[in-house]
Amino acid sequence: MARRVSTRRRVIVTAIAWAVAFLIFFPILWTFLTSFKTEGEAVATPPHFLFFNWTLENYIEVNERSDYFLHFMNSVVISVGSTVLGLIIAIPAAWSMAFVPGKRTKDVLMWMLSTKMLPPVGVLIPIFLLFKNTGLMDTRTGLVIILTLIDLPIIVWMLYTYFKEIPGEILEAARMDGAGLREEVIHILTPMAIPGIASTLLLNVILAWNEAFWTLNLTAANAAPLTAFIASYSSPEGLFYAKLSAASMMAIAPILILGWFSQKQLVRGLTFGAVK
Amino acid sequence: MGQITLSKVTKKFGEVEVIPPLDLEINDGEFAVFVGPSGCGKSTLLRLIAGLEDVTSGTIAIDGTDATGLVPAKRRLAMVFQSYALYPHMSVRKNIAFPLKMAKFDQAEIDRRVEAAAKVLNLGDYLDRRPGQLSGGQRQRVAIGRAIVREPAAFLFDEPLSNLDAALRVGMRLEISELHNRLATTMIYVTHDQVEAMTMADKIVVLQAGRIEQVGAPLELYERPRNLFVAGFIGSPKMNFITGAEAARLGAHTIGIRPEHISISPSEGAWKGTVGVSEHLGSDTFFHVMGTGLAESMTVRTSGEVSLRHGDTIFLTPQEDKIHRFDADGMRIA
Amino acid sequence: MATKHSRAASRLMISPAVLLLLGWMIVPLSMTIYFSFLNYNLLMPGAHNFIGFDNYKYFLTDPAFTTALINTLVLVGGVLLITTVGGTLLALLLDQPIWGQGIVRVLVIAPFFVMPTVSALVWKNMFMNPVNGLFGWIATSLGLPPFDFLAHAPLFSVIMIVAWQWLPFSTLILLTALQSLDSEQMEAAEMDGAGAISRFVYITVPHLARATTVVILIQTIFLLSVFAEILVTTNGGPGTASTNLTYLVYAQSLLQFDVGGGSAGGIIAVILANIVAIFLMRMIGKNLDA
Repeated sequence: MARRVSTRRRVIVTAIAWAVAFLIFFPILWTFLTSFKTEGEAVATPPHFLFFNWTLENYIEVNERSDYFLHFMNSVVISVGSTVLGLIIAIPAAWSMAFVPGKRTKDVLMWMLSTKMLPPVGVLIPIFLLFKNTGLMDTRTGLVIILTLIDLPIIVWMLYTYFKEIPGEILEAARMDGAGLREEVIHILTPMAIPGIASTLLLNVILAWNEAFWTLNLTAANAAPLTAFIASYSSPEGLFYAKLSAASMMAIAPILILGWFSQKQLVRGLTFGAVK
Repeated sequence: MGQITLSKVTKKFGEVEVIPPLDLEINDGEFAVFVGPSGCGKSTLLRLIAGLEDVTSGTIAIDGTDATGLVPAKRRLAMVFQSYALYPHMSVRKNIAFPLKMAKFDQAEIDRRVEAAAKVLNLGDYLDRRPGQLSGGQRQRVAIGRAIVREPAAFLFDEPLSNLDAALRVGMRLEISELHNRLATTMIYVTHDQVEAMTMADKIVVLQAGRIEQVGAPLELYERPRNLFVAGFIGSPKMNFITGAEAARLGAHTIGIRPEHISISPSEGAWKGTVGVSEHLGSDTFFHVMGTGLAESMTVRTSGEVSLRHGDTIFLTPQEDKIHRFDADGMRIA
Repeated sequence: MATKHSRAASRLMISPAVLLLLGWMIVPLSMTIYFSFLNYNLLMPGAHNFIGFDNYKYFLTDPAFTTALINTLVLVGGVLLITTVGGTLLALLLDQPIWGQGIVRVLVIAPFFVMPTVSALVWKNMFMNPVNGLFGWIATSLGLPPFDFLAHAPLFSVIMIVAWQWLPFSTLILLTALQSLDSEQMEAAEMDGAGAISRFVYITVPHLARATTVVILIQTIFLLSVFAEILVTTNGGPGTASTNLTYLVYAQSLLQFDVGGGSAGGIIAVILANIVAIFLMRMIGKNLDA
């Protein structure tokens, strides 16, 4: 809808919007700036906003002193691994619910959603004990399994809403054209659903990357992803803001960039298609 | 070859019986049209033949062999869908080639057949475009191209023209008829538009609530409708129905007379009324005549342009030999 | 609408997902229920005898439970209030024609992608720290004594941090809903003589009502389980001043090793979450029919 507004009003509204956006974004900006300061400058009073000696030494030091790369790889393996595993299980399920809906399809979907609402703390003890007894504690495998299970409902739902938008007639046309189930899925459904599958992948990598209940409770030194690695910075006081900022920026930058690309899918995925 | 025989076919969705037991024979090379109001089961019947739905009971035979349990891919049928159902991620060429690829034809043969189909359908210039870049009529042609390349036993059309605008629809109607003349392959065509049925069919199957009301050639249905439903459904504008004393006089419960079988006069005739709305088409004029006491409104068709104004008195005279008589159950009295 | 073949294939393809989730739901949950009736502490080896509802009695009568329950409600309610009101205002603002809308959107959405441990640490140290934080500096520059947020208003501080993370979510959803408002509907209302305020009250507000409900319900599910922010900033303290139900169960289970008591607490958390879940499911279920 092309609304007519006066330039004056537009200038004022723009100024307000930019000011609010700046305030909301400021903590991230501040972290970004601090990560390039020396520890001294990081806590200087009054604070230095832009005019300080920009330095990369915090980034270098974080990389050298801790196993930053190990934790980064843990995050990558756990978030991508659990999402891909989830997709492999969810694609066939979403296919059947979207294209061969039965009387119980709706119930199954709602039930899957309900498992997502189980508060993690309700199953903390059994999972903790199971992990201890089976040697899954502090392993990437263990976390991949847990995150696959907690993300599976969202993955199924997102795929379902995307598949629903593919007209069933196209798949029927393929059947009439002589395609079997395998050809139908490979030649028709998958290529048509690629945008939806990609969005699902993206959003779930983000969610898994930031997951901070299981990753904190089920890992120690070996499998800790960045969420747990950053948490280890919570103890010491004082002259470490610059390094904390550098570590934080490295932990959030990749996902921040991915996230900006997935705004639309985010709404759809997190509201289970209720808001598009 | 493409002879399709349905015997005692039924279909239930849950407890709802959408097709009661039904027998139908479609001969090789015939252009059969399933016509009826929406929800009459015509599309379901087509999907049963296609194999996209299972029959609840009964058998479907194609060329004498039982195909009831076969998956769609094995029935040697091709289908053109209402939404065209083109594969949006493939070029026109790949769309048309898809059934051949599924049937594992070699590439040279695929190319030859795709080129041939494109030539027949005037798609030569568009082969490398995506369906999204084509107009409605072009998409329709691609869908038909995809159907003809495989040289199926029969073509199934599911309301293929309903998404086109009026002018294009008339053009495509001719093209499909010409295609049938050239290929002489069995075609089954589903539509809710009786004009399409009348103009294209060798055999019309009129359906209502899953039941076959009448099967026959277009003119047979027009001239000798078996019951009130067919009489009212076939023909445009609709047949006028009259009940009461006027019908009883002819020994019927209801009589029907088509608008084109009534002559008008300003001074004398069998029935007297006043002119209501008149529709001037140039070639014909339709008058809706009120106050005859026979029916709420009687439609009359005259050739050419006749100037009568709203409220003018008019006399109507039916051609006695064109009056259709129906009994209390709505069946034709021979 | 399908054939026997496709239905058989469908059952086969859906079963892995269904079986996995069924296992995920039943196995650990029934273990939790089982543990909740046992006298079972990891520090005390020996038989885990059955003690009926004692764990529940103990957990429910613990003064920490009442505090945690109230804290949970205040945390959820506070964050919801800030994010829905703030989110609505922000969405209305961003829906206006402004220059650089895309960039503004990107800036506003960013906090949602920051992992909870990072945002908690950044807020705790670089903003709320009374000595070195920015808030302390602002207070001092204004001639006020710096305020130690996490020591004196721990729950409020946690609410602020969590609200900052979730404000983008509500904004984005409400903005999406606003933008999906049918412009013909607006024009029809304008033709019918509705002024700007009537249009807002009679068309925009009802249109946003659904999205707002969705925002509230989905956030509630996540907010009931806030954990990392508390663990990193206050450890639930001072005392139990910022302990919510999730953190209390965590402390009972993994800090005091009381498997029985922790399990009872977990089951109570599940029951509370279910009450919310029922409402959410109804909402989404209705949407499935539409």
